[in-house]
Amino acid sequence: MLGSFAVLRKQSLLGDAISHAALPGIAIAFLITGIKDANVILIGALISGLVGTFWIKGIVKRTRLKSDTALGLILSLFFGFGMLLLTFIQKMPNANQAGLDKYLFGQAATLVEEDVWIMAVVTGVSLLVLLLFWKELKLLLFDADYTRTLGFNTRFLDMLITTFIVLAIVLGLQTVGVVLMSAMLLAPAAAARQWTNNLGVMVILAAIFGAFSGVFGTAISASQNNLSTGPIIVLVAAAFVIISFVFSPRRGLLFREIRFRKNRRELHLKKTLTFMYHIAKTHENVSHPHAIRILNNFQGFTRKTLTKLEEQQFIQIQGSNWAMTEKGYVEAESIFNQIGKEND
Amino acid sequence: MNAPPAIQIDDLTVAYDYKPVLWDIDLVIPEGVLMAIVGPNGAGKSTLIKAILGIIKPIAGTVQVFGQPYKKQVDKVAYVPQKGSVDWDFPTTALDVVMMGTYGSLGWIKRPGQKEKKASLEALEKVGMLEFKSRQISQLSGGQQQRIFLARALVQNAEIYLMDEPFQGVDATTEKAIINILKELRQAGKTLIVVHHDLQTVPEYFDWVTFLNVKGIASGPVKDIFNDDNLTKTYGINYKVAVNQ
Repeated sequence: MLGSFAVLRKQSLLGDAISHAALPGIAIAFLITGIKDANVILIGALISGLVGTFWIKGIVKRTRLKSDTALGLILSLFFGFGMLLLTFIQKMPNANQAGLDKYLFGQAATLVEEDVWIMAVVTGVSLLVLLLFWKELKLLLFDADYTRTLGFNTRFLDMLITTFIVLAIVLGLQTVGVVLMSAMLLAPAAAARQWTNNLGVMVILAAIFGAFSGVFGTAISASQNNLSTGPIIVLVAAAFVIISFVFSPRRGLLFREIRFRKNRRELHLKKTLTFMYHIAKTHENVSHPHAIRILNNFQGFTRKTLTKLEEQQFIQIQGSNWAMTEKGYVEAESIFNQIGKEND
Repeated sequence: MNAPPAIQIDDLTVAYDYKPVLWDIDLVIPEGVLMAIVGPNGAGKSTLIKAILGIIKPIAGTVQVFGQPYKKQVDKVAYVPQKGSVDWDFPTTALDVVMMGTYGSLGWIKRPGQKEKKASLEALEKVGMLEFKSRQISQLSGGQQQRIFLARALVQNAEIYLMDEPFQGVDATTEKAIINILKELRQAGKTLIVVHHDLQTVPEYFDWVTFLNVKGIASGPVKDIFNDDNLTKTYGINYKVAVNQ
């Protein structure tokens, strides 16, 4: 759901950076408290995720570095630091340490009822914020400068949306893990964009795709032994993306190709028909038969186009001759006039 | 005391990094003019507009709108950004974009209703785009997109209109249509400030002009100051333009 905003802001990689940036927070939270309480660890992840995000924004604002450079920098820096801390923790003589690395790839089985409740609450709150500030957020996404000139505080809006993206990521960490989390954020949104040209529909679709990936992924991994849930969920989400890219009616590759072919065929017909029009025009009787051979001068002509034209009753074919029908003549004339107008 | 001018700029200096983009600009724009800002590429024309609007923070200087800081006069100023500044693949319709012009007067959280929709439809009609109201914005031509932006500013019902190259990449018909709307607005007493590139049309379209090349070169009525001397000062080379008065 929130992923829609990341995709439309062209900040897709931000999610990746945030989830990686959360890792040192997980480790530090454990180091400080010494216990493996999910809530404490998530708060740590949240803090370091936010720190990472605002560092990225700061770098982009204050230096000449492009945002992808800043993202890559922070991502690897935080992730590296996090890994360092994890290995350090593993060497510690603390029986509790085992299992902290589950945050790397996620482990849905470790979710307890309380976690699910927290997720539900955060989802509810972000839904509320989204509904409340829908107008402002839409405006910000489309045209940030203009939003400012209307007197809205864009910095506040930016913080709001970023905070919720970070929150969503941190909550997903337990299930999908640091490495794959950004896919969970982006895949449903990218898939949803293919099916609709309406922001509202897109957000709802993304939420549905995301939820389905979660349910399906869990079901698949539960039915087989030794399949971890996180990666399966991501694969299901990826399947949604692939299907959407290929089959969506307006933006999909498949229908675009079909449309392209159809257009080309139609153009062929039109071209042949206007060519015939020029020949037929020279005779008083438009239906005067002409040899098909004449058309050979014109490269667009094929048997198939002629049959097609006959089917539509624009021409009649008798042996090796063709003759234009009244209907065909009128049609050709209007096509010709139209083309002439467009060229003006 | 006279009424304060539409916009008064004092000692405005703007810089990205180290290089100044605008240097010590003093400019007074009286109310009710249709003004062109001309100057070579990199002269800071867009920056000047953005600085007036507070999108870019100046290093020094002040901008006053009707005698008050811009922040207090937000509702009196409408902005038409460069067409290329947004992603036109954004999932929304033409009418929706125009409706955005009403968001400012609505304020936070409140949603646009019938009244706002009606105003937006009227603005669309004014720019000749009513039949495209439900069209996906990615499927509009460059000229149509520009008209949508203009309609969005019209809906704001402002006193001052700041436009960043509204004629960029539009055909002759659209250009005529836009300039007619601008002239209509001036007739209604509005102030219009337009970043413009085509020097040939300055005397025909505008009654006021500002020459800009990092520094302010000159500003005043077209018939007084639009001459070879100022053009040469602004563009650096001997610029011969037929000035048809």
